[in-house]
Amino acid sequence: MIPVLELQMVEGGYAETQILHGVSIKVNAGEIVVIIGPNGAGKSTAMKSVFGLLNLTKGKVFLDGSDITNLSTEKVVRHGVCYVPQTENIFPSLTVQENLEMGAYVRDDDFQPRLNEMFDLFPPLAEKRKQAAGTLSGGQRQMVAMAKAIMVEPKILMLDEPTAGLSPKFRHEIFDIIKTVHKTGTPILMVEQNAKQALAVADRGYILVDGKNKTEGTGQNLLNDPDVAEMFLGGGVKK
Amino acid sequence: MIEFANFYLIPGILLGSIYALGAIGITLTFGILRFANFAHGESMTLGAYISFTLVQMTGLHPLMVMPISMVLTIVVLLFIDRYFYRPFRKSHAIMLVMASFGMMLMIRSVIQFFWGVQVKTILPGIQMPIVFFDTLRLSPKHIMIIISAIVLMLAVHFLLSRTKIGKAMRAMADSPELARLTGIDTEHVIRTTWVVGGALGVASGVFLAIDTHVETMMGFNLLLPMFASAILGGIGRPYGAMAGGLIIGLTEELSSYPWIGTEPLLNPGYKAGIAFIIMVGMLIWRPTGLFKGKV
Repeated sequence: MIPVLELQMVEGGYAETQILHGVSIKVNAGEIVVIIGPNGAGKSTAMKSVFGLLNLTKGKVFLDGSDITNLSTEKVVRHGVCYVPQTENIFPSLTVQENLEMGAYVRDDDFQPRLNEMFDLFPPLAEKRKQAAGTLSGGQRQMVAMAKAIMVEPKILMLDEPTAGLSPKFRHEIFDIIKTVHKTGTPILMVEQNAKQALAVADRGYILVDGKNKTEGTGQNLLNDPDVAEMFLGGGVKK
Repeated sequence: MIEFANFYLIPGILLGSIYALGAIGITLTFGILRFANFAHGESMTLGAYISFTLVQMTGLHPLMVMPISMVLTIVVLLFIDRYFYRPFRKSHAIMLVMASFGMMLMIRSVIQFFWGVQVKTILPGIQMPIVFFDTLRLSPKHIMIIISAIVLMLAVHFLLSRTKIGKAMRAMADSPELARLTGIDTEHVIRTTWVVGGALGVASGVFLAIDTHVETMMGFNLLLPMFASAILGGIGRPYGAMAGGLIIGLTEELSSYPWIGTEPLLNPGYKAGIAFIIMVGMLIWRPTGLFKGKV
């Protein structure tokens, strides 16, 4: 089976600084895949490498089997990869509906049906469609960010630390939104700090350390791995 | 009361519409290209001079030839953007500000080289004002300018709120990074910004030329009130620039009305200082402006 997205031994970074020293990640159809790792391990950078946002010196990126290495951001989006950054992931002065319309910017067909689907998927957004997105609550902003990103019906959705800086109660809400999006059939690749919760919803996970793959496995296996537990999950796990 | 309308209110609205049209371009460039464009006044001057020449050649009314001078000025602006500003796209904003300052001097010198430095008149002759209700006097050219300015501002509103590219312009003003990640063609948005800013700049230049005359410093002289309008309205906020322009134009004219006693409240010679005072005041107490722009 051809993976939806595949990074093959990707190396690169920004200008002079090399951050990635060989990262390989695969996302198959229908999966939720999580990247975890310590600060500065290159998790977010690995995601950005897909978007032509950094200089890749080695390695390849494949989308549905075709090479998209170093394509421009706009082209990658047109090919069906969507990305929700950690911060600044909505246009605050645009209304909710305008945000979603911008999400569909690269679509040349009629996106009205998709817009309605989004409002069905996230009922709170339907009520506030005429409201400036910047005035919404944290959770609803994340809804806008994700709905905006999947307006193009992407082949894959990438999320950069969607729960960063949110209270545990909110985190729960965000993971629910992620599951909702996933149920529509969109595979998801995300970077997460809250490793425990993330691995619990993930099919598979990768652990990056110093810009390299350290471990990989199913979400459950990683959760039960004592090494992983010690490093990222705050102490040992009861066997 | 009628004196107030004829000599203060109407000139204030007139001046305000000219400021507003110019300030929209400044605020859009700041919001989308992220730099204070000192050369914006020069695109107004250039538009006015091109219109002057076209009027000389064709004998048509300045408003009739305005669309052609808009197109020609926009071509010049797009050329400058492509070969002058674009290489600076990823550099620090201050580089672009300096570059635009240099561009301002260059454009003005080119204008002075080709057209000379003498003051010119674009609309010769004196027009008799039309009298409304026996006392309210409006000159036809002023009516034309105010109506055209309103039409242009409504067109900007339509563009920004109803069209895909207009919404993309607002999106990019919110966050250029996210706009790029969303797949918005940012270079296309930038070109559109020059087109819109240029067209409105030419309009304000031509309106000013119709109201007064054509001279090489006309755009530069408007730079301060236009920046003040943009800041008052909130940098990056086109509706703010419209409101800011009107407020500053009105305040400048109304400041010399004899509000107290029979003397002008402020000597008309100090009019130009009003914009400066408002700008400094806003920067100190409310740098985000009326419409919550960027700082």
